[in-house]
Amino acid sequence: MSGPGALESRLRDGRDAGRKLLVPYVTGGMTDDWLDTLRAVAGAGADAVEVGIPFSDPMIDGPTIQASSLAALERGTTPLAVIDALAGADLGVPVAVMTYYNLVYRAGDRRFARWLADAGVAGAIIPDLPLEESGDWRLEAADAGVETVLLVAPSTPDDRARAICAESHGFVYGVGLMGVTGERAELAATAGEVGRRLGPMTETPVCIGIGVSTAAQAAEACREADGVVVGSALVRRILDGAGPEGAAAFVAELRSGLDGA
Amino acid sequence: MSGPVMGEPGPGGRFGEFGGRFVPESLVPACQELEAAFSEAWADPAFHGEFEEILTDYGGRPTPVTECRRLSERLGVRVLLKREDLAHTGSHKLNNVIGQALLARRMGKPRLVAETGAGQHGVASATAAALFGMECTVYMGEVDVERQALNVFRMELLGAEVVPVSSGSRTLKDAVNEAMRDWVATVERTHYCLGSVMGPHPYPWMVRELQRIVGDEAREQCRVRLGGADPDWVVACVGGGSNAAGTFAGFADTDAALVGVEAAGGSAVGKGVPGVLHGMKSLLLQDEWGQILEAHSISAGLDYPGIGPEHAHLAAIGRARYVQAEDGEVLEVFKLLSETEGIIPAFESAHALAWVVREAGKAIPTGDTVLVTLSGRGDKDVAQAREMLR
Ligand SMILES: Cc1ncc(COP(=O)(O)O)c(C=O)c1O
Repeated sequence: MSGPGALESRLRDGRDAGRKLLVPYVTGGMTDDWLDTLRAVAGAGADAVEVGIPFSDPMIDGPTIQASSLAALERGTTPLAVIDALAGADLGVPVAVMTYYNLVYRAGDRRFARWLADAGVAGAIIPDLPLEESGDWRLEAADAGVETVLLVAPSTPDDRARAICAESHGFVYGVGLMGVTGERAELAATAGEVGRRLGPMTETPVCIGIGVSTAAQAAEACREADGVVVGSALVRRILDGAGPEGAAAFVAELRSGLDGA
Repeated sequence: MSGPVMGEPGPGGRFGEFGGRFVPESLVPACQELEAAFSEAWADPAFHGEFEEILTDYGGRPTPVTECRRLSERLGVRVLLKREDLAHTGSHKLNNVIGQALLARRMGKPRLVAETGAGQHGVASATAAALFGMECTVYMGEVDVERQALNVFRMELLGAEVVPVSSGSRTLKDAVNEAMRDWVATVERTHYCLGSVMGPHPYPWMVRELQRIVGDEAREQCRVRLGGADPDWVVACVGGGSNAAGTFAGFADTDAALVGVEAAGGSAVGKGVPGVLHGMKSLLLQDEWGQILEAHSISAGLDYPGIGPEHAHLAAIGRARYVQAEDGEVLEVFKLLSETEGIIPAFESAHALAWVVREAGKAIPTGDTVLVTLSGRGDKDVAQAREMLR
C-alpha cells in the first residue's frame, strides 16, 4: 500500500493533534437497530468504529460478545448483510470489520477484500489469522486497499512484535491481557506493558483492546498507548437494551474520560 | 508435497494444503514452545524410554491383536482387532495424554486443560494428571455431560474439575472452544492437552506420533500372525482422527488399503469443505457463509464437524479413503460384536466395524484380511444402548 489508508490517516491525524483515540466495537446484526446504534456510537466521539461480523465459533471472545454473535446469527445475519449495511451507513468515521478467518476463507480472500473495499470499509481485524498465516490475505487486502490490523499480545516477544508492527496497517492492536474479550474490574498490568513496549516500535498508532471496560480504564490505558478499543462493555449495554441513545451516552462518557486524562 | 506419506509435516505444520497454525497471537508463542519441546523430546531416547515404560508398566501395552473367529466366519473376511479397549482407561486416548503430560512436565507446566466428547479423553487426561500430580480441568458439552454421566463421575473421582459447556451445540466442538479460551488466559502455567490429531501445529503431528505406537505394534503383530504379510485392509473410526492416524502411521508404507470411518452425521470428508477452525485448515461441515454446522451422532466422540488436517490430506492424495456409518448400523454392530466375540465395543469403534460388516463380500472381497482398530471399550455406552435397544 502506498502511504497510509483511510483508517490509519484518520487515526494518525487524531493522535498528532494530541487526541486519544477511541474505537468502539459493535457486533453487526446483533439487534434490529444495530445500524442506528452504530451511527450513534460513531457520532458520540469515536475516531473509528470496529464492527464484528458474527461467527458461529468466536474462540477468542468471552460470554458478552458470544451472546451478541449468537443474537446476530439468530436474526439471520450473514457476512454480506453486515458489509452491505455498512456500505450505506455514512458513519463519518472509518470502519474496520472484525471477524474470524473462516468467513473470509469461505468467500475467498480476494472476494472478501473486494466486498469490504466496495462497501467503503477501511480495515479488517482477523484475530485467528496470525502473522505467518496472513500473507495471502494481506496481499489481497492491500490490493483492494483494505488495511489489515494485526495484533500483538502480552506473550509476544519483542522481535516478533517488531515484525508484526511492520506489517500492521490502520493501527496496531495491542492485546491488553492474556485472555478472551470481556469486562474486567481493573485494567490488567499487561495493558500498560504492551503499550509501553509497542510505542517505540512503530509510527502506526497503537490501540489497546480486550479488557478495557470503563472511562477510567480507557484513560489509564492511554497513558501508555495512543488509544483504546472498547467492546464488551458497550456490547453488554446494547444487549441490555441501551438502544442508540444509551450506547452513545456510554461512548460519550469514554470520550470525556479520554479527553480529561 | 515431498517426503514420505505420514512423515513430518511441511513448513508451518502443513499436510499438503491443510494444517497450519490459525490461533490468536496470544497463543502463538505457546504453540512455538510446544513445537520446540516436542521436537526435542521426540529426538531424545530418554523421553521415548520413559514414555514407553509408563505405557507398558502402567498402561498395559502392548495391547493384543485378536482374531475374531466367529465374526470372520459369518462375514467371509478375516477380521483382526487391535485391542485398544484393553489399554488402561479403556481406550487409545491414554497414549496421547501420557506423552503430553510428560511434555507439560518438561515445560514446567503444572496444569492440564482438556476438551472431551465421549469423556474418554477427559478420563485419560484426569488419569495422567493424577499420575503426575498435576491439576486438571476438563471441558465437556452439556449434551455429553448428560449422555456420558459415568465418565463425568470418573473424572471427578480422579481429581479433575469438569466444566459443562452450554454454548453452541453443547458438544465436542464447543468444548474445544472453551478449552482454548481457558488456555489463552492461563497459558503460562497450563498445557492444553488436546485429545486428537487436530488443532494448531504441532498438535496434529504430535498427537499422531504419540499414537503411532498403535499402528507400529499392530503391524508387527499382524506380520507374526500373517506369516510376514500385512493385512489387505486397515480400518479405524475417525472423530478428530487420532486412533486412525496412529494406526495408519504403522501401515502408510505398506500395500494395505487405509479406511477411515466417520459418523454419517459428522462426516467432514464426505460432506465438508475446506475451512479454518480450532487452529487448523481442514475439511469442515459449514454453511455457504462459513458458519460451522453441528454434527450429529449417536457417539459423543465422533460428534465433531471437522477432521484432523492430515486426514484431509490423505483423502486428497488418495492414500486413505473415508467412508461413513449410520447410527442404526452402529447399534447393530455393537450387539453383533458383543454376541459373536464377547467384546463390547465403544460406539465410536463400532463405526469402523459397521463399515466392515456392511462391505464384507462387497467392497472388501471375500477372503481378504482386515485389521480393525477397536479404539475403546463400550462400558461407557451401555446405558445409552440399553435405552435405545429397549
Ligand atoms: C473410544 C473412542 N474412539 C474414538 C474416538 C474418536 O477420537 P479419534 O478420532 O481422535 O480417535 C473417541 C473419542 O472420544 C473414543 O472415545
